[in-house]
Amino acid sequence: MNKSVFLGALTVAGLAAGAAAAATLDDIKARGNLNCGVNTGLVGFAAPDANGNWQGFDVAVCRAVAAAVLGDPQAVEFTPLTGKTRFTALASGEVDMLSRNTTWTLTRDVDLKNTFVGVNYYDGQGFIVPKELGVTSAKELAGATVCIQTGTTTELNLAEFFRVNNMDYEPVPIETNAEAQQQYLAGACDTYTTDASGLAATRASFENPGDHVILPEIISKEPLGPLVRHGDEEWSDIVRWTLNALIAAEELGVTSANVAEMASEPTNNPEINRMLGTEGNLGEMLGLDADWAVNAISAGGNYGELFEKHIGENTPIGLARGLNAQWTDGGLLYAPPFR
Amino acid sequence: MSSTHGDTVRYVRDTMLPEQEPPVTSTGIIGWGRENLFRGPFNTVVTIVSLLFIYYVLAGVLPWVFQSVWFADSLGECREIATATWGESHGHACWAVIRERWLQLLFGFYPSELYWRPILAFVLLLVALAPVLFPWAPNKLLWVSAAYPFLMPWLMWGGTIWSPLLVAVGFAILILGTRYLSEMVGSLGAVILATLAAVVWWLFLVGPISSALSGALPIGLEAMESRDFGGFMLSILIGVVAIGCSLPIGIVLALGRQSDLLIVKSICVGFIEFIRGVPLITLLFVASTLLNIFMPPGTDFDIILRVMIMVTLFASAYMAEVIRGGLAALPKGQYEGADSLGLDYWQAQRLIIMPQALKISIPGIVSTFIGVFKDTTLVSIIGLLDPIGLTNAIRADAAWNGIYWELFAFIALLFFIFCFGMSRYSMYLERRLKTDHS
Repeated sequence: MNKSVFLGALTVAGLAAGAAAAATLDDIKARGNLNCGVNTGLVGFAAPDANGNWQGFDVAVCRAVAAAVLGDPQAVEFTPLTGKTRFTALASGEVDMLSRNTTWTLTRDVDLKNTFVGVNYYDGQGFIVPKELGVTSAKELAGATVCIQTGTTTELNLAEFFRVNNMDYEPVPIETNAEAQQQYLAGACDTYTTDASGLAATRASFENPGDHVILPEIISKEPLGPLVRHGDEEWSDIVRWTLNALIAAEELGVTSANVAEMASEPTNNPEINRMLGTEGNLGEMLGLDADWAVNAISAGGNYGELFEKHIGENTPIGLARGLNAQWTDGGLLYAPPFR
Repeated sequence: MSSTHGDTVRYVRDTMLPEQEPPVTSTGIIGWGRENLFRGPFNTVVTIVSLLFIYYVLAGVLPWVFQSVWFADSLGECREIATATWGESHGHACWAVIRERWLQLLFGFYPSELYWRPILAFVLLLVALAPVLFPWAPNKLLWVSAAYPFLMPWLMWGGTIWSPLLVAVGFAILILGTRYLSEMVGSLGAVILATLAAVVWWLFLVGPISSALSGALPIGLEAMESRDFGGFMLSILIGVVAIGCSLPIGIVLALGRQSDLLIVKSICVGFIEFIRGVPLITLLFVASTLLNIFMPPGTDFDIILRVMIMVTLFASAYMAEVIRGGLAALPKGQYEGADSLGLDYWQAQRLIIMPQALKISIPGIVSTFIGVFKDTTLVSIIGLLDPIGLTNAIRADAAWNGIYWELFAFIALLFFIFCFGMSRYSMYLERRLKTDHS
């Protein structure tokens, strides 16, 4: 920020602007860092640690993009955004990309003029209930009181699910996830519903996780992914293919441990060679260095490594891969070919 | 005499009895209790019920606060330790989260090696406030007060020293211009010309000159980004700026509202009523989202600056009404007295009206200050990581997910200290300024 703007006079506001918006990639290179919008705090996906370094699965995508573009995974400025401010921050150019567990919907893609570049986590809405309630299926929840975060897609999904199944329910509207946990534990509602990943994290934080069960039904599709503004296809390509590189790297067996070795000389697999830049000129086509994917993968690892590190079964959140396994393992992750 | 008397009555006391202690049931703690707590059946019942209630609350709160875990790395570990020590993990606070995160709750993401800058800014704030707040502080400290508005942003945001200096020069242009030009072009013309000169200076000259000077003589601090600001530091920063700016703006608005000049009056009334008619959170959303859309893409207009402007405007409107209350409470005779002494408008305001009006308004002013300071926590809704916003971020750490009351208790304590301090100061000020004889 220009000091004189701040100190001198508030009158300066807005007058100094007007610079023609250059391409996002050029802006980022000139600035020397990537502005990435993340959640203000979501377990496993985005959270600052005690030293103020952002960590998490969504954050890792930002770091991979920064590494691909600038060669430095630390060259990211994180802007914490709420559900209400995220799209305007992206539209106004305050952030270059949004990696904030945002569900890909038609309205958000088309009407809000965003470009979703892919899906980094397939989520879905579930229910958590106390074991002592004896409920084993969401279909048995007729007449239940349900804690629900207001103003989210989950609220609409809930209404639709109960309507389709001809059941009554009594909503207990709640503002934040933390508040919902407290209300649920205090017995203000029979069940709490939100994204299954959030439920897993919530359950892990309870004093007696074993007293609560997550019901098997998933009542909605929540494909969460990074997105950018409409109108700069070069930039959306870069973010899309960085995400694809992380996913493809897992499929091809490229990890943060062996990527340097694999990139040092061409391997037997031509697709790995093309991706890592030892063959062909894919990096140049994207407007990046030849080793862009090498940087992105070394930033934190391939998709599988990131998953295990931040939200996988060995973390307190303990999510199984499920839908988020590679297509070869029966999941939905399917990166287009690097050719 | 005495013998006669002695014949008629058996015994006459000829000395005063010494004063006796009052009965033990009406003195000391017992007497106080009988008088205040157990006077009649109704009072007795109320007392017993209240005591039971207090016991109930304390029996829950005190073990929670004091039988607590200070050394652990996660909530789970806290619970293990609590279970090992007291047999159950419920009802025992896990202060370990505060021990791990208190610096973050205080300073946000400000780098720890630069903590001296906000701390120094805070200490200087106290120094700068002293001559304003306390009569015993030496008047020379007023220089610190005058320099503080330029020093504080420099300390907080860093950058070259030349920018704040040059901006200060702009104010010098404004003041000197007003003073010396008035002989040539009259007072109104002088104000207009000096303002124009200062604005031109700020807008077009400060930037280039400052970069030229810092190129030649690079004196400065490491520049900080606004996004690194957070925690209690952010609350205090927004609060202090809003409080400091809203008082003068509020005074001007209050005077404007009472003015006879139609345009001035309508602008002031319109501003006050508009701002008071809109919730603060709406203004904050305007600051965080709408302004972004109105301004050309690429404009880097700092989010904290936007928020500070909005909070200041909000506080000013309330301040104006509080001060207008003080002005309205002054008898008309005071205004007439000022006129009869031959004082002009500003002299009358400065010497007679404002000192009395402000004195009357002290409780209202301080209560507005306290309200503004607490309202700063609303910025968490637009994604700024003030203490409340940080609680969410801290909970998002897998180690601390599920922790709730400890964070809020800590934040409440910090806010209480500040608000209680302001409140006590206002009572002290009222006592000191008390000039009536009632």
